[in-house]
Amino acid sequence: MKNLDSVFAAYLIGWAVFFLFYVSIAKRTSDLRAEIERLKNVLPRSKG
Amino acid sequence: MLRRILLAAVAILLVLASAYAAFFIAPTERTMGLIQRIFYFHVGSAWAGMDAFLVCFIANLLYVWKRAPKYDWLGVSAAEVGLVLTTVVLVTGPIWAHPVWGIWWTWDARLTSTFVLWLLYVSYLLLRTLIDEPDRRALLSALFGIFAFLDVPLVFGAIRWWRTQHPSPVIMGGPGSGLEHTMKEVFLFSVAAMHVLAAFLIIERYILEKMKNEVDILQREAEAL
Repeated sequence: MKNLDSVFAAYLIGWAVFFLFYVSIAKRTSDLRAEIERLKNVLPRSKG
Repeated sequence: MLRRILLAAVAILLVLASAYAAFFIAPTERTMGLIQRIFYFHVGSAWAGMDAFLVCFIANLLYVWKRAPKYDWLGVSAAEVGLVLTTVVLVTGPIWAHPVWGIWWTWDARLTSTFVLWLLYVSYLLLRTLIDEPDRRALLSALFGIFAFLDVPLVFGAIRWWRTQHPSPVIMGGPGSGLEHTMKEVFLFSVAAMHVLAAFLIIERYILEKMKNEVDILQREAEAL
């Protein structure tokens, strides 16, 4: 079972990179969604 | 939304299944032993990364030609996903290399051209943060993206044209190259899994870029009032 730890490390680090990237997309999307809602609420009131 | 959740589930299942296949179905390679199982993840990520850069390149060309913002959104989305995949390649490669070569890294043609590729797409994303005006940012980054893609054929050809520390290609490597039947099946499955994951990430990133554009429009409207 020589180098099994290295194989696990490679897969785990790789998956962690993908997971963190996805979390960053989800976080940025959620922030933008909140910003869109805020701006949409501000705009009709200003227009009115 | 349902389609996105379904694609996410398929991508996760395929990536997990490809890892299972790499660990439990693929036979152990005679010379390198267990460590060679990194190959399926390492090369799968590399191929998906190259294809993400190809998508970016095509989107950049289309932007220069048609000047439609959707091509700019696709370009930056594919570039970011390609960069993430190449990061995985650059991390898993040395983990594989160390027990086999006795060194983590060497400046041979394949490794150097891959690192340069990574730097080029980091520069592409940095360039976008330096320009505020959307049309100018899209055009300049599209032109830079077209230039950056020139390194991709160099990465592909490096192990074919020059003697390198990196192994010669086992797929599309000409006479004498090739993989054992089960290894080849597991490898192609891993490549497919990484492509589905890349497609899912590009779609998610594209939706984010589209929302950024919507925020820009709303902010301009708010400022105009």
